[in-house]
Amino acid sequence: MSAKDLRGRTAFVGAATFGCGEAPGYTAIELAAEAGRRAVDDAGLKLSDIDGLFICLPNDFLSGLTIAEYFGIHPKMTNNSRTGGSAFLTHAEWAMLALDAGLIDYALICYGSNQRTGAGKLVSAQAPSPFEFPYRPNNPVASYALAASRHMHQYGTTSEQLASVAVAARQWANLNPEAFKQGSLSVEDVLATRLVADPLHVADCCLVTDGAAAVVLTRADRAKDARKTPVSLLGAASATWHTEIAQLADLTITAARESGERAFAQAGLTPKDIDVVELYDAFTINTILFLEDLGFCPKGEGGRFVSSGAIGPGGSLPVNTNGGGLSFCHPGMYGLFTLVEAIRQLRGEAGERQIAGAKLALAHGNGGTLSSQATCILGVPETV
Amino acid sequence: MMAEVQPDIEYQAHLAEGHFMIQRGIASGVHHFYPRAIEPGTGRALEWVEASGKGKVHSVTVISRKPPLEPYNVVLVDLAEGPRMMSRVDGIDPAAIRIGMAVTARIVEEDERQFVVFVPAEEA
Repeated sequence: MSAKDLRGRTAFVGAATFGCGEAPGYTAIELAAEAGRRAVDDAGLKLSDIDGLFICLPNDFLSGLTIAEYFGIHPKMTNNSRTGGSAFLTHAEWAMLALDAGLIDYALICYGSNQRTGAGKLVSAQAPSPFEFPYRPNNPVASYALAASRHMHQYGTTSEQLASVAVAARQWANLNPEAFKQGSLSVEDVLATRLVADPLHVADCCLVTDGAAAVVLTRADRAKDARKTPVSLLGAASATWHTEIAQLADLTITAARESGERAFAQAGLTPKDIDVVELYDAFTINTILFLEDLGFCPKGEGGRFVSSGAIGPGGSLPVNTNGGGLSFCHPGMYGLFTLVEAIRQLRGEAGERQIAGAKLALAHGNGGTLSSQATCILGVPETV
Repeated sequence: MMAEVQPDIEYQAHLAEGHFMIQRGIASGVHHFYPRAIEPGTGRALEWVEASGKGKVHSVTVISRKPPLEPYNVVLVDLAEGPRMMSRVDGIDPAAIRIGMAVTARIVEEDERQFVVFVPAEEA
């Protein structure tokens, strides 16, 4: 058996979000449980159908146990492996394997965080490194700023080009009633916000919000009976190259190059085939790096590509159609929201921001400081 | 068998004695930072060698803070021996730090702990 044999063997049959933006009074587990219930409802299933449970919560290292107990179910497989914000796309990869092997029948992947109303800032589970903390990098932003500086140095990328990523995200958010940040935003507006870590301004950084998301994945045979049209998982792959930014050999090339190559190979597709792209945009540099590394534009061309208007509404490659982590929501580990939006686009459920006729979508998660990368390629039934 | 090196403790002890030591693969001859119990990539044994202290700024960011607190810099430095490390450059306006700038290591002490910073090479 090869990785290609997994193409289309599983499909997403449920997807939900809950509490995006501000959800005062809710704990992280409450938010995750509510999103999970909604995704199960969306799939036309019962909680008791779920026998594979995948989760990360901001600060509960045994969250798989917590959520199983909370749901009152006895899953055959419980997984709360953490790779940062990419974890949920890696969960999809593992769920795909377990479903295909017949170990489980229905996998629920869920996440919730109350970091905005609970803590007021990013809640990180990462231990400080003894080889970083004396220098007080205000991570994660400092590490991403170091990558951005390097990209500017090597390829002439500009602050204006970085800002255009935030502008496109806001234009999409203005079409998404669930988005936390709405209103007009220009390149000049972004550049007028406070510098946090040069070259990144406040508006180059993701939001700090609450929010929860969940998806249900099952085998293709069972997916046929789902309430809604299933969205097939055509390729899923992950890659990890480092944890501290100093250990990334070339600060302008991430492991997304590797996860993307393997996901595309599994799906038998190329970037040209993709109709809609959902990337983990923790910072504006992310979108540029991942568009390059995933093959949507040549290395070094990302700045010019994003500032051409290509990724915004009406552009040639719709990117982060929900408004992304920059303007939709970012509860700390955003990865699962890329999958939910890809599913909504392929189901035709995206309202004003719907990409007409979208058949193939790419969702990409990032974790740590550009450290772990995970790519999923999804398609409507006729693409299998 | 006990590990032949206790990298964290030994690294700090060297710094406390005024020596910036990095590791080299005994078989590979490749230098590494940060200190590890085994050589990354091969798992083989490492030895300590004194770093030349010469390096170049690979990337730089200036962290802004609310006034009256001053901004400060965080850099990545490529050591002449090959490895890259996070650090800061002292003795210069943070806004004047450039990628490619030659720098020299200094050992400083803050909060009773020694660590390596850099200064512009021409001032060393």
